[in-house]
Amino acid sequence: MLTFLALTSVALLGIVPEQSQAIVIYTGWERHALVGSDVRLSCSFFSWRWTSEDVSFSWTYRPDGSRDTISIFHYTRGVPYLDNKGPFKDRLEFVGNPGRRDGSILIKNLDLSDNGTFTCDAKNPPDIVGRPSSVRLLVFENVPIQAGVITGAIIGVVLGLLVLIVVIYYLMRFLVARRVFSLSVRSVSGLWPAALCQSGFCQGLELKPEPIPGMDTCVAKLA
Amino acid sequence: MLLLLLGIIFLHLAALVLLFVSTIVSSNIYYTLTHHHYRSVTDSPPPLFFFSLAEWIQAVQAVMILSIIFSCLSLFLFFCQLFTLQKGGRFFLTGTFQILASLFVMSGAIIYTVMSPEWVLGTYSFGYSYILAWVAFPLALISGLIYVILRKRE
Repeated sequence: MLTFLALTSVALLGIVPEQSQAIVIYTGWERHALVGSDVRLSCSFFSWRWTSEDVSFSWTYRPDGSRDTISIFHYTRGVPYLDNKGPFKDRLEFVGNPGRRDGSILIKNLDLSDNGTFTCDAKNPPDIVGRPSSVRLLVFENVPIQAGVITGAIIGVVLGLLVLIVVIYYLMRFLVARRVFSLSVRSVSGLWPAALCQSGFCQGLELKPEPIPGMDTCVAKLA
Repeated sequence: MLLLLLGIIFLHLAALVLLFVSTIVSSNIYYTLTHHHYRSVTDSPPPLFFFSLAEWIQAVQAVMILSIIFSCLSLFLFFCQLFTLQKGGRFFLTGTFQILASLFVMSGAIIYTVMSPEWVLGTYSFGYSYILAWVAFPLALISGLIYVILRKRE
């Protein structure tokens, strides 16, 4: 039984690469960066095969609004070839690790003209059938505000103010009632504190103490 | 007496419904505006992580939503005060919230009126949600004033 299972699993593992599953390439979807900064465009792939020595990565670039794509980077047989004539001359750097299936590049000193789509194509012979993946680069002069941040901020501030006003209102009522209560305790000694605390009036929110000579106007204003 | 009560509630609900419709319908206009602006400035589709290019659109959105919140709160407070207020008392709190809601709608409509001509084509400016907002403002204001004047009986 066990040997049968082992044989079938080995057979399956043997069959799968023979049909050469497609290679799957992963890059980001979008990258945002400021003018003058550096950005790292990552590219990696998944393949059923072991990483071969002939693994190759190539990056192409299509500016925004243009239909032409130009090649800017190629890595093959262990040697990276960087752009030395095009728009990324002297600005590219290979920071990937092909042995670990990482073909990332670093673009330095970005400019507004670098807005565009970067496509990474990786090949892992004999696994060569795959769809190149694209990442869109957006370069900004200053950090833009995301949609909805200002909306949320305004709503939050106003509702926060509302809650604050309600809390302060109840706090004032509580404090003033307590102040009147404590003053009345001082003038009428002994009787009040014990009696009132027992009947649960210590919270003092709705408390209307008996009018004390001189305190009439105070209480009337509070009510 | 009951008729008066029903009339007041109906007025309040009418203002609230107009506010809702105006806000919900105009929500897609905000994205259409920024989408259109993005496309006219660059040549490519707007990014997935959408950055709004105009702060005033977000302010209008926020103010409209606040007006709805305050109007709903005032309706809720009206029913609360209806059962807890002493005889002869006035619905000050309800009226205050409703008047605040109408002020928010007014400021939203004014911001939109002032800022939109320099930004968009004529087709977007005066959609029916804009008109509904201007209609909802006096309704809410009148409703709020009625609450402030009204006295509780029986």
